[in-house]
Amino acid sequence: MGSKLSIALLALAAFTTAAQAQDKTSDIIARGEYLARAGDCTACHTAPDGRLFAGGRAMPTPFGTLYTSNITPDPETGIGKWSADDFYKTMHSGRFPDGGLIYPAMPFASYTKVTRADSDAIFAYLRSIPPVNQRNRPHELRFPYDNRQLILGWRTLFFSEGEFKPDPKQSAEWNRGAYLVEGLGHCGMCHSPINALGGTSQSDAFKGGLIPMQNWYAPSLTSSREAGLGDWSIKDITDLLQTGVSARGVVYGPMAEVVHNSLQYLSDEDIRAMAVYLKGISEPSPPPPASSALPTTESSLLISLGKTVYDKHCASCHGLQGEGKPPHWPPLANNQSIEMQSAVNPIRMVLNGGYPPGTQGNPMPYGMPPFAGLLSDNEVAAVVSYIRTAWGNRGTPVSAREANELRSAPLN
Amino acid sequence: MFARYTALAIVIAALAAFDSAAAQTANQPPDTMAARVEACTPCHGNKGEGTSDVYFPRLGGKPAGYLYNQLLAFRSGRRKYPPMNYLLEFLPDPYLEAMAEYFANEHPPLPPPAPSEVSKEVLAQGELLATRGDAGRNIPACVSCHGPGLTGMQPGIPGLLGLRANYISAQLGAWRYGTRTAKSPDCMQVVAGHLTEADVTAVAAWLATRAAPANPAPVPKGTYALPFGCGSQPN
Repeated sequence: MGSKLSIALLALAAFTTAAQAQDKTSDIIARGEYLARAGDCTACHTAPDGRLFAGGRAMPTPFGTLYTSNITPDPETGIGKWSADDFYKTMHSGRFPDGGLIYPAMPFASYTKVTRADSDAIFAYLRSIPPVNQRNRPHELRFPYDNRQLILGWRTLFFSEGEFKPDPKQSAEWNRGAYLVEGLGHCGMCHSPINALGGTSQSDAFKGGLIPMQNWYAPSLTSSREAGLGDWSIKDITDLLQTGVSARGVVYGPMAEVVHNSLQYLSDEDIRAMAVYLKGISEPSPPPPASSALPTTESSLLISLGKTVYDKHCASCHGLQGEGKPPHWPPLANNQSIEMQSAVNPIRMVLNGGYPPGTQGNPMPYGMPPFAGLLSDNEVAAVVSYIRTAWGNRGTPVSAREANELRSAPLN
Repeated sequence: MFARYTALAIVIAALAAFDSAAAQTANQPPDTMAARVEACTPCHGNKGEGTSDVYFPRLGGKPAGYLYNQLLAFRSGRRKYPPMNYLLEFLPDPYLEAMAEYFANEHPPLPPPAPSEVSKEVLAQGELLATRGDAGRNIPACVSCHGPGLTGMQPGIPGLLGLRANYISAQLGAWRYGTRTAKSPDCMQVVAGHLTEADVTAVAAWLATRAAPANPAPVPKGTYALPFGCGSQPN
């Protein structure tokens, strides 16, 4: 009797331990999935209409086309033979397990900041998804960029390896936000000026820049003349990041993709931490932008035509005073996206229109029609000049030539 | 005394809540699908009736399943038209379904048939292909799938009325060259593959001359049997 009971107890204990171990594994996998979303791995490693993380997505770069790799656990064509060590080293040092150099289109300059525990969780998650047998497509890079040894030069100039180091002078929340923004979030990949060598220097981090090949301007995250969030409330920032719309403006262009694939899935705490950090790195305004290249008489004519176009096509949603009906119809008055020195984004919004991403917090977003077919270059320039200078906005007028050039900007 | 103050406080709070709710609604876009599809209507018309641009199709009254399939295909890039691919890229399935339902439930009148720019002989050839097909060349009649009245069938087969010749021939061309595809078995690609350029011109021209029938709504699912399998119209 006694021995039977102890066997039963032992069995129960074994069962409980196994269940706990399983619980722990599934916890780690769930955390890995969450972190993979924070890193937006799917944006590149899943092709449109393709299998999850099977790669094969074409990434046009100024140097040629890269094709993303299969990161499913398929042993032959994916990362099925990798160990957690291999995965961490790849994320951390930008080298394949065999030592081969990875093109910096993979944001390892950001991922190097990811902790070992987080890297292991992401790896555990990737091990848990269905393997897909799909061979990686070779890159199509032009000479001389097809020589991987060139990456060594890039690394010397732009890559500093090392996990995130918390700043003890800042709060835990600020540090969590910094870790997410600088690490997995790899925000600096777009929100930093890209120089001719395809890199970002440390001192230019988050200063904004035109995204190569996409022709959208990723505004500075530090300047309040651009997307600096110094005078935003934390709620407006978290609304924008989590739902795609806010009282101050909505996300569009490539940022719509980031909210759609990644940020909408982050916890309230993490989004808030990012908001606290982003608000914290905002710097005092730089000097006002240089005045317009257009002669004054020309710009005043343009602006008066712009008002006519605005009142006819735009005011019904954005309001006669640019006040909008936030968050769904964004305000244009005191909207940094409209006023900032680069007029690329407001011109493209007029030409291409757009929907903010459909998110858990905003599943049926309101959209803006494309006006490319309805307005001439001159009318586009006029209305953009008007909204950049009306209602106290401090932007500069734009020319019909700038509007014309952006008609051919790629849409996908 | 205390109770009276409490009651007053509740009334004030309720009034304030009512006030701010009212202000909120007044200051928000209408909570309707019509307001949400305003990004579509400058090209497709307020009720999906189409616009003066001959390449932008009418959407109103087409079967919801057909419209939904097109929205999915534009979102994934299977059907290529960059302005549409871009607009839909980050919209979730249920929202696209609601958009499809919205336009399927609009019934703007069909436009009067456009005067044709092609010869009588070409129109006659178009009529023959559309109504009888050409068995010798493996071309089924349009009416065998799109319905005797060319009004389409629920849920996946579109009507062909109210479209301009330029749009129809551009789409048939896209099927022929494989830039427009649909779920396998991709029946339209097979059919279009058998058409010559002259066939396309003739069929498109004849279809654009058709007047509206008394009932332009798509017929219910299963009204007639399709001559062959079609991935867009599951049995």
